[in-house]
Amino acid sequence: MTFASMAFGSMTFALALEIVLAAVVLTGAVWAIAARETLPAVAGFVAYGLLLSLVWVHLGAPDVALTEAAIGSGLTGALLVGAAARLRLSEVPMAVEHPGVILRMPAAVLSVTVAAALAASVLLLPDPAPTLAPSAAENAAATSLGNPVTNVLMAFRAMDTLLEKIVLLLALIGVWSLAPDRFWGGRPGPRHYADPQGVLAFVARVLPPVGIIVGIYILWTSADHPGGAFQGGTILAAMWLLVMMAGLTDAPPVGERRLRLLLLAGPVVFLVIGLSGLAFGDAFLAYPMAYAKPLILAIEFAMILTIAVTLGLLVAGPPEREPGS
Amino acid sequence: MSFVLDIVTIIAVSAGAFFFLAGTVGLLRFPDTLTRLHALTKADNLGLGLMVLGLLPHAGSLRDGIKLICVWLIVLLAGATVSQLIGYVARREGSRP
Repeated sequence: MTFASMAFGSMTFALALEIVLAAVVLTGAVWAIAARETLPAVAGFVAYGLLLSLVWVHLGAPDVALTEAAIGSGLTGALLVGAAARLRLSEVPMAVEHPGVILRMPAAVLSVTVAAALAASVLLLPDPAPTLAPSAAENAAATSLGNPVTNVLMAFRAMDTLLEKIVLLLALIGVWSLAPDRFWGGRPGPRHYADPQGVLAFVARVLPPVGIIVGIYILWTSADHPGGAFQGGTILAAMWLLVMMAGLTDAPPVGERRLRLLLLAGPVVFLVIGLSGLAFGDAFLAYPMAYAKPLILAIEFAMILTIAVTLGLLVAGPPEREPGS
Repeated sequence: MSFVLDIVTIIAVSAGAFFFLAGTVGLLRFPDTLTRLHALTKADNLGLGLMVLGLLPHAGSLRDGIKLICVWLIVLLAGATVSQLIGYVARREGSRP
């Protein structure tokens, strides 16, 4: 076999892989939309998210892949399963009243327009696409972090990341605002019970020590390798939810002061360090060069706690029990 | 030596792929929840285990190898737990096709 034909062989293999991957991802997407019942649609969405993260790996974007798997598929999947379980009772009456053609036509037109606009804006990108990657790579030394994605998220575009954390808090306030007045300050969701000698309780004892180490490792390694506070925080949240669902602990009352402090830790540390940039540095969120790395790590460690608690409470849902009960 | 390792990789990964294929066919073809779970766990346990075994000779370092084995162990734990829970619910609600 000549070198050229070998190269051609590996190229066609890569192409075949891409085609299969794209076809399976599209099938997952179509399944999630076309499935009649909510739970199969959610299953399709979760599978779609996991396959999409494979696409990101294939495109050489492991940071995005981790986020897609953790947030896009895992956490959103858990939220959607919770929503599907709540909707299950009302689903049969819902299916009877089928939306009329007057409602379905505009919905179809709107969906097609959005899809076409997205496709057009991707396909019509100028070639080469506008990019800030070279300038990000040029200034990478400013923070002494080896992972360019962490550099962009925590230093060059730190403002976006800060606002993202605040949006997360707003989402939690949105969920909490669904609570009836008498439950305000109480514990979210129902108390979960499981056989204390059962398999769920066993895993809820065995897995969290491993999961906590993996979560913190993913944050710690994000300085130089793919990872980050969001991905690590999702794993910590999953461990917390596992322990809650096994009935080994209860969700904390939403009025608890310690909980509120944890929810604020990330954004407050971020803001304080950002504002001190005004006092000691050049601008808001400007880190002094010599302390860039420790400051970023401080922000990220405060943030991973806040993210874990926020995501866990998002899945736990609005308060459903009276305070003190 | 590297030739032998390549052979090990090819055999183990192919066997792993076979178990995944067999598990998927079982998942699609078996009549009820419990037998489908039985098929699925073969893909998770043996299929992934053989894949990891096949990839070990090509792990860049000892650390990567240990990470691969840890992935397999965690999937084993998660798979065993989830199939126990699904099986419990299926038995309680009456296994239906």
